[in-house]
Amino acid sequence: MLSQKAKVLMVGAGGIGCELLKTLALTGFKDIHLIDLDTIEVSNLNRQFLFRKQHVGQSKAKVARDAVLKFKPDIKIEAHHANVKNSDFDVEFFKQFNVVLNGLDNVDARRHVNRLCLAAGVPLVESGSTGYLGQVTVHVKDQTECYECQTKELPKTYPVCTITNTPSKPVHCIVWAKDLLFARLFGDRNQSSDLIVHTNDRTSSAATADTDFFNIKDGETPESYACRVFDGVFGDNIEVALRNEETWKSRKRPRPLYICEVYSDAKKPRIDGSCNSPDGNDKHTASAARILGLSNPQEVWTVRDSANVFLKALELLLNTRQKDIGSLVFDKDDQLAMEFVTAAANLRSSCFDIPMQSLFEAKGIAGNIVHAIATTNAIISGLIVLEAIKLLMGNLDDCRTTYCLEYPRRKMLLMPAELSAPKSSCYVCSQSTLLLEVNTTMTRLREVVEKIVRGQLSVNSPMISQGPCLIYETGDDLEEDMVTQYNQNLEKFLDSLPAPIVDGSILSIEDFQQEFTCHLQIKHREIFDEEKEPDNMVLSGKLSTTRDQALPGSVQLTAVADNVSIHAVDDDDEVILIDEVAKQDLKRKVLDEESVIVCGKRQRTEVS
Amino acid sequence: MEEVAVEALTEQEAAVYDRQIRVWGVEAQRRLSRAHVLVIGMSNVLTELCKNIVLAGIGSLTLMEDAPSVSTVMNTSFLIPVEQIESDKSFLTECAESLKDFNPMVHVTVEKGSLEEKPDDFLNNFDVVVVGRSLLKYRMHVNSLCRKRGPKIAFLSVDCRGPLGEIFIDLQTHTYVLKAKENVPHSLQNLVYCSLEEAIAARWDRLPKKTTKLFYAMRIMEDFEQSNSRLPGQVTLDDLASVLDTRKRLCESQGMPETLVPDKLLHRLLYAEAREHPPVCAILGGILGQELLKVLSGKGEPLKNFFFFDPMDGKGITEEIPRPDDTPIIMQSAEIEI
Repeated sequence: MLSQKAKVLMVGAGGIGCELLKTLALTGFKDIHLIDLDTIEVSNLNRQFLFRKQHVGQSKAKVARDAVLKFKPDIKIEAHHANVKNSDFDVEFFKQFNVVLNGLDNVDARRHVNRLCLAAGVPLVESGSTGYLGQVTVHVKDQTECYECQTKELPKTYPVCTITNTPSKPVHCIVWAKDLLFARLFGDRNQSSDLIVHTNDRTSSAATADTDFFNIKDGETPESYACRVFDGVFGDNIEVALRNEETWKSRKRPRPLYICEVYSDAKKPRIDGSCNSPDGNDKHTASAARILGLSNPQEVWTVRDSANVFLKALELLLNTRQKDIGSLVFDKDDQLAMEFVTAAANLRSSCFDIPMQSLFEAKGIAGNIVHAIATTNAIISGLIVLEAIKLLMGNLDDCRTTYCLEYPRRKMLLMPAELSAPKSSCYVCSQSTLLLEVNTTMTRLREVVEKIVRGQLSVNSPMISQGPCLIYETGDDLEEDMVTQYNQNLEKFLDSLPAPIVDGSILSIEDFQQEFTCHLQIKHREIFDEEKEPDNMVLSGKLSTTRDQALPGSVQLTAVADNVSIHAVDDDDEVILIDEVAKQDLKRKVLDEESVIVCGKRQRTEVS
Repeated sequence: MEEVAVEALTEQEAAVYDRQIRVWGVEAQRRLSRAHVLVIGMSNVLTELCKNIVLAGIGSLTLMEDAPSVSTVMNTSFLIPVEQIESDKSFLTECAESLKDFNPMVHVTVEKGSLEEKPDDFLNNFDVVVVGRSLLKYRMHVNSLCRKRGPKIAFLSVDCRGPLGEIFIDLQTHTYVLKAKENVPHSLQNLVYCSLEEAIAARWDRLPKKTTKLFYAMRIMEDFEQSNSRLPGQVTLDDLASVLDTRKRLCESQGMPETLVPDKLLHRLLYAEAREHPPVCAILGGILGQELLKVLSGKGEPLKNFFFFDPMDGKGITEEIPRPDDTPIIMQSAEIEI
């Protein structure tokens, strides 16, 4: 049977992956490769049913394979606990498969796989799910759109001034607490920070403007440090911000908050520097909230509660994580860090009259958590296998995009739509040229490589050339003198390179692993808008990712958009269905209720 | 809008169910944990359903083998490790143990014996009863028992024939909150469903013209199996001529032309014999699971009242088959404040 002979590659062994591996095995597939870099977490267990509690911490790919072999011992599953972007998974690797099935959770990896499938000429079945929504579609080189033919929205970012000066939503305060305050207190101190607020006249500024303000002083107890920081960020900083009259002309004025006000009538929680609580050292269970009697993560704390947690969590972090301070990265599953961020965000919210959030809600926002259930993933896995079978049978005409909806639309909970032809303007599959506007006399190559090539174009291992001249490349097998040359090139201004890049130059960007090529036409421009074009360069043409138009700010703050249905996020199971895209598609191409797919060949959609 | 739970979930529940609590909320999760479900039959599609509702954290799942049918071979189930197929334990017991392993917080048991032998109030133990492939008269019987035993017992049935599937739902009366959308505020919806018997009694010539043909095809199969003393699923392509006769008879009695149900559709149903196509089981088990969870949690608009899937057109279609007197399922709708 077709399925028995087919060789299939699955990328992702998470929510969709577990269901998919099971469905493939039951359908009769016997030769499966599976790639996933993740390990198992407790929050996976509500839907990634091949895993058990005792597997937490182990490789998803390996445990999934073992679980399926238990009920289908005669099939071959090769599990790779690795990143699909690893150079081992090159075009030759991909070429061995009849079809590739994605169960990924981020746009970046999907783009990478898309390029490899195009290079290898292997059809790709793409999918995504979030809550009750899901989508499955098919990409076949030269016959249909590739994954990058249609624009995907990147995670929402917020203007720096909104975060530092004029928050109006809970998410602004959470981003502030996580990416500014927490980062400054526990992360790399040498990174410049937007935490400090200045007045327009620059003659007076907060005490926090002192670059050493956030460093604990000699002989300072954790208690007094915590209080000093509290007063600095919630009191002093706000006072200074209030002096910028312009800002508050048409906005509600915030209210500063000081320790003495919060505790005017009661004692502060005793900060005794002890960390003898039994769970003091395990980052998943050590908890300031629990010590303070706040054991329900769904409960929204009061200002007093938040202040208590702020002080206590800060104390515990200082006392139990000394070696990490200065290099701590925020992790939503780090209980103390999450409590601290929630408390800080709530305190800031209270200053700006924004509703406070429970620990549960804050974690969802701070951690970009995507909600997920088993049933949608099961449905998606079934749809993926049905498309895979059609591809293996060579029935591309029968392949389609299928949307899984929460409520019936025109009587349909599962809604098929025709696939689209490749876009001639797609720079990934149709080789069209992009335009890069940049100041060639003042921009270094390094900036172009970081922001454009690796960033917006998502190229993994770039090789950049102008005509026959190689300007830059990456790789393990490069000779030392080439590496030196390339490193020197990175620091040069574009027009000072050995092969100068000037107005009108055309650059080729290639990635051998992705077998991807695109061309950048350079246009020299002197002036860029600081707010709207903070990168000082603009890439245009048919891009496969966009950012919201009016988002200035050079600080990369990642946060979840408020409107959950229209974004693509990192973390478990991501939705690639974006309601707006779906609506457009539906207007154009939904199969008419009267029409029936007529296929001249005998219909054998099942495998027996 | 999120309700604050009076007591917190246990830490284990909060940790495991985190991602789904973000979908339906703590209160809905708590209601699920108090819910009791009875599943009669065990086939590929029912294993999918059981997996889904156990993972979701219902209070208890009771398995029963009652309605005889031709079921698919045991060793295609993902619930049973191959080395245990030859064990002494019954198939259902093996399934139950496996399901318990998926989620130790759910109480999974096997109920021996048939429904007939049970005391009158047996069904009162359950909030939902799910029946798999079975004769129509068996399903109608169980459905009427549910209705007799209490207004709150929901009845769901599912059958997967090869790649084709049908789901039926009877919630008797069901109230849920319809989320606000754009300019439409929150409203309390009150639905009154018809029984399986009433739905089956619908006159074909009164149903909307575009009603999916699979609905009629399944009725023809049911009639054929009943009239020929077959177990459900006990059919082959050799029965085609006979099934076409059944189609002729039924269509005539319903005042419809035979072209209502294409030959090809019946051909595919017969070709399927007793098999269930695994990807379609995943889809049906997912849809059915989703509906069941909506019913138990009281959150979200449930299906009204049939669902069909055919991979040929790829549409997952809901059909509202009303009572013979055409009263629709939605009875009352009222705006509310949340």
